[in-house]
Amino acid sequence: MAGEARGPMLHLEEPISFWGGLDPWTGIIIDQAHPQVGESIVGRILLLPAGRGSSSGSSVLTEVLRAGIGPAGIVMQHADEILVIGALVAEELYDITVPIFTVDDATYRDLTTADAVVMAPDGTITTG
Amino acid sequence: MPLTLDDRDQALLNGDGGPAAALAMRVVSRTAEVMRAERLVDITGAHIDSCLYNGQASVDFPRRLTEGGAQVVVPSTLNVSSLDLIHPELFRGDDHTASQGRLLMELYEGMGCRPTFTCAPYQHDNRPNPGEHVAWAESNAIVFANSVLGARTHRYGDFLDISAAITGRAPLAGLHLDEHRRATVVFDVSAVPERLITLDAFYPLLGHHIGKRVGRSVPVVVGGPDQVPEHLLKALGAAGAAAGALAMFHFVGSTPEAPTLDAALLGAPAAETHVVTADDLRLARDQLTTSTSSRLGVVSLGTPHYSVAEFGRVVDILDDRKVHPHVRLYINTGRSVANEIALRGWVARLEASGVQIVTDTCTYITPIMEDVEGVAMTDSAKWAYYAPGNLGVDVAFGSVEECIESAVRGEIVRDDGVWVDA
Repeated sequence: MAGEARGPMLHLEEPISFWGGLDPWTGIIIDQAHPQVGESIVGRILLLPAGRGSSSGSSVLTEVLRAGIGPAGIVMQHADEILVIGALVAEELYDITVPIFTVDDATYRDLTTADAVVMAPDGTITTG
Repeated sequence: MPLTLDDRDQALLNGDGGPAAALAMRVVSRTAEVMRAERLVDITGAHIDSCLYNGQASVDFPRRLTEGGAQVVVPSTLNVSSLDLIHPELFRGDDHTASQGRLLMELYEGMGCRPTFTCAPYQHDNRPNPGEHVAWAESNAIVFANSVLGARTHRYGDFLDISAAITGRAPLAGLHLDEHRRATVVFDVSAVPERLITLDAFYPLLGHHIGKRVGRSVPVVVGGPDQVPEHLLKALGAAGAAAGALAMFHFVGSTPEAPTLDAALLGAPAAETHVVTADDLRLARDQLTTSTSSRLGVVSLGTPHYSVAEFGRVVDILDDRKVHPHVRLYINTGRSVANEIALRGWVARLEASGVQIVTDTCTYITPIMEDVEGVAMTDSAKWAYYAPGNLGVDVAFGSVEECIESAVRGEIVRDDGVWVDA
């Protein structure tokens, strides 16, 4: 999912289901079993290993983007169609683009220590 | 190879079928590009998860489709919604959510979807046949379609489901293709003690264990019994799809594409083998229990929606005893199953025992349960996973026998004997 974004990074150490894992009214992580429970995704670039769980994750991503409480970008170790579909529909309905990049394992590991990242339209990611 | 659309697809994209079909084709084809599909494939049916209200976006998409004249072109079932239209008095949420939830149900019915309102469309008539391509959303339904029915769907999300139903097309990629349905990770359960394998709870606990480990790979379970009943395979899949991203599993001797381990592996060696132990299952049980208090507030069964067979077990175990006055016992199911068990006289017996049957929706996605004072108990690994976040309750996972005994006695009772030194 092409696009560009820059912002502070939030590393989600385990896969997350946007539905049931994220409060769609606040953008706060509510999955009680998730290491980042209580963190806000608003305006941040999410670095996460993979998606999991509910098909309704698409709706929740579209809704938080519509409401202006979505992530600025998403960087994943393994692609997740459910999140991509949510991003596609946000673009169709609201003209809001959130880039979703998939990176190799080494890049993923390097990014885990970054505080902020820039996602460029050509698909490259730089830290800082 | 980039995606190639055929003439029909291209015509829809160009607007020949109207603006709604063009929007739906854009969603399908763009998803296909991300999935690296080379072409689209005809589907014979769809299961639509998008009818659950998750905010304004949930309404805006079907409204745009409806305004553009959209109609589904394949038989399409609807997933749980935000409301129980059979028992509307159960809803305890705000008026806005109720009206938006009802509007969504009407919008999807208006596009020609069947008002099934169940997360278990495979308990309805007209199940897809082995090898048929479908577009199903709802994580437990996806894993059931692929694993137990042998039908073919990828792990789709909301919006793609209805877009596929309107265009009749899905990306020919992922689990639609033989090579991605091959098992690569083996879970050997032959070392699990017999007394645990014979528990119904073995299956959701195994599903939770597998879901935590398997990522997007397809696992195969070997060393278990043959001909495992459908409702137990359902519980395994639902647990794995909640704890992980499980979209398909094989169970040697029980699922259609795994008559043997070799068949599930398509003759290739496994990438990984995990030997499952009693400790693994005990850990899963502990992870699905957030409180050790014995104070019971509520019991919720039927996530995914209970089948006729599962209601039969409840009727037998409960045996017309009364639910304790301090406890509420809810059972979630679909309308068609509710009708069937009413005809059998079970609804009257269960209601006389104090059981509240919930249709069209589920107790963990919409405000139905009265304020819970005490722990919420369930036989569903999926409910146990999501309820603490969605409802703010403490949960205890137990077998259906433990859940019903607890509901009758008014406190959590667990048969820990089978777990001691297991």
